Amino acid sequence: MSTIQPKVDEPVSEEMQLVHAAQGGDVGSFEELVKRYDRNVFRIAQHITQNREDAEDVVQDAFLKAYGNLAQFQGQSKFYTWLVRIAVNEALMKLRRRRPERMVSLDEDVKTEEDSLPREIADWSPNPEQQYNQAELKEILTKTIQGLPPSFRTVFVLRDVEGLSTEETADALGLSIPAVKSRLLRARLQLRERLGRYFQKRESGDGPK
Amino acid sequence: MKCSEFLQELTNYLDGALDARTKAELEDHLSWCHNCYVVCDTTKKTIEIYRDSELYELPDDLRSRLRSAIVAKCQQRKKTTETL
Repeated sequence: MSTIQPKVDEPVSEEMQLVHAAQGGDVGSFEELVKRYDRNVFRIAQHITQNREDAEDVVQDAFLKAYGNLAQFQGQSKFYTWLVRIAVNEALMKLRRRRPERMVSLDEDVKTEEDSLPREIADWSPNPEQQYNQAELKEILTKTIQGLPPSFRTVFVLRDVEGLSTEETADALGLSIPAVKSRLLRARLQLRERLGRYFQKRESGDGPK
Repeated sequence: MKCSEFLQELTNYLDGALDARTKAELEDHLSWCHNCYVVCDTTKKTIEIYRDSELYELPDDLRSRLRSAIVAKCQQRKKTTETL
């Protein structure tokens, strides 16, 4: 079975030239960085906040915070990883404001009842996503990922949707590498288990029960 | 290798982050354990479906509106800093 291949990285040196120019006050260079990463920041923010308006605010706030603190960026990590760290923090703040009754933290190592061995082993249809139209599929995927605890959801989005490495994800979230790996495994297994309700092979051609 | 041990290594296996020996042990397990094969295969599909899903794409009009707002505020901040 082949493994999952990470997305190809952008060239770093050219990016550092933009960062240096922006640090020197060139707003045009900073705009190039915004163009490069605004879609990523928006996706991450919406996955974390689960709210479109909050995600829009996070895009603005994260880039403005990055601009205001560019002098602090010394290039120890990639600019993108540094930006993601800022964006995740902004998104978590929004989430906490919206749900003050629930503690939202990336540090909490949530134990869920689905942490044991997979219960549902039934195989999926060969092309499960083709069982549904695009709107139905998006709804299924959105509902499913929203059911994960924020700490699992964030790790899964950074690693598997945005294609950050384990090390970059750990760096962006301030977690240890074993913590990232543990959350990622559990997030992947929980999503798999939940999607199985929609995608598993059926004897009849009926939709999900 | 037991199924629980396989599962612990599943993420490293899917990410191609295993040494050759452990990878061979996992693949041996996969060759005869149908349940683990299914879990592995459907987990891989889960990742691929989400990666290709384009769930929260930024529409072009909103994108340019956000970018204009960001750039305007950066320029404003730059002017303020320069006049200080």
